[in-house]
Amino acid sequence: MVNSRDPKSTIAAVQHPTEGEAGNTGTWRTFKPVIDERKCILMKSPKARCHKCWLYCPEAMVTRTRPPKILEYCKGCGICAAECTHKAITMEKE
Amino acid sequence: MVSKGKSKEVAKVEGKPAGIKGREIMLITGNHAASYAVKASRVQVVSAYPITPQSPVVEKLSEFIEDGEMDARMIRVESEQSAMASLISASTTGVRVFTATSSHGLLFMHEQLAWAAGTRLPIVMCIVTRAIGAPWSVWTDHQDAVSQRDTGWMQIFCEDNQEIYDTVIEAFKIAEDERVYLPVAVCFDGYILSHTIMPVELLSQAEVDKFLPPFKSHLMISKSMDDPIGLNPVTVPDPREGFPAYMELRHRMQQALERSIAVMEEAEGQFGKLSGRNHGGAVRGYRLDDADVAIVGMGSCSSQAKTAIEALRASGIKAGVLTVRLFRPFPKQRVRDALKHVSTVVVFDRDVAYGLEGALCAETKVALYNAPKPPYIHGFIVGLGGRDFTTDHVIQGTKMVVAMAKNKEIHDETTWLGLMEGE
Repeated sequence: MVNSRDPKSTIAAVQHPTEGEAGNTGTWRTFKPVIDERKCILMKSPKARCHKCWLYCPEAMVTRTRPPKILEYCKGCGICAAECTHKAITMEKE
Repeated sequence: MVSKGKSKEVAKVEGKPAGIKGREIMLITGNHAASYAVKASRVQVVSAYPITPQSPVVEKLSEFIEDGEMDARMIRVESEQSAMASLISASTTGVRVFTATSSHGLLFMHEQLAWAAGTRLPIVMCIVTRAIGAPWSVWTDHQDAVSQRDTGWMQIFCEDNQEIYDTVIEAFKIAEDERVYLPVAVCFDGYILSHTIMPVELLSQAEVDKFLPPFKSHLMISKSMDDPIGLNPVTVPDPREGFPAYMELRHRMQQALERSIAVMEEAEGQFGKLSGRNHGGAVRGYRLDDADVAIVGMGSCSSQAKTAIEALRASGIKAGVLTVRLFRPFPKQRVRDALKHVSTVVVFDRDVAYGLEGALCAETKVALYNAPKPPYIHGFIVGLGGRDFTTDHVIQGTKMVVAMAKNKEIHDETTWLGLMEGE
């Protein structure tokens, strides 16, 4: 069976979140996203299925959990903060 | 949008039961033959932008979806580039996708076509062939499809509406085969087929379902998204940590193209058992077995050539026709085998590899160069921008080449048939 997650049979270039050439990409950032759990709809409502920050993150650096967690390779692009419907994410200077 | 139930009414009026249960024979255009095949293939996402002469393919699909006859999402995009980009994303998640385009729409997709092939996504697209500007022309030739031949897509050319219906269904089978995993373009001539009505036998849904199991992606993206991956990162020149680099992945793509010829023939064999129809695989011969002169063409060129065979044989030229169905990958061995006994080959191209000669002629020469007894080959440029390509052109061209072959004349200039007087 062809499985592109397996180096032997892969037929497409696939990447997994990992350390970059010059170390953790997260160390470059100027701003970091900070989640205010009091505003996050996932924390306010048990029925909520928002996960917009997880969906929009171009680097897959937000977890699909309650509350969402920002992982270490986040470069601080700010897309999650811009997309959050509830303004629960703010970009703070490192 | 159309009113609810319109397609069903049309189906009732047009459809006639065929001999086998669940099948029906319909009088439909080439475009609608493609639409019915896409519906039968249970495509889940259609994304397209209208362009002549392709538009009726996706118009019909939007009717099917609106009427609830087809369980699919129609994405109305702002350009062909977006159409292909959205299908790349959809196909990545493991759903079956389709689009159709022509001419400049196809050229606008060009960059995305390379991404679709490089990611090895089994996208199926109909290219309803049309000339490329400048100047504007909405009529047929093969310049659009031929101009995309180096993107890594498979390209299959059709000669009639039944072949379009059958080939679209087969295209999904070939594209999704794990020995292949490549996008496939099903090409047919604008107007000559796209807007011409012919009887087409549609298979029953149960038959198509049996032939075409659900698609499984090699990317194995799980619904829970617990194991996220990024696709197509920047690759370095050399392999690293056991993972193939750019050159290995491109090698695997080329190997898949080479393998796909046999997979296509296998799929055609299975489809033939089911439907009772076989279109010949990569190439198809017509009165070629006892021929000394072979006329080679694709789509409307080869179908027109068949009309000249009787007259050519009456005038003492033992001619036959080789239809090249699979243009990419180019079936070199099949062409060599089919033409091993002929002394002369005449190629009619409805396209120009500008600065060289007709694309099909050049590739036919490549296929035959190392043959034990290579035949004399000469090609003609015909029928550009919808110019009529007639039986007389076929006869005239074939007689010219037979005369040239006697002296093994070498012509570096291209020969065009059907130009205005004095050109």
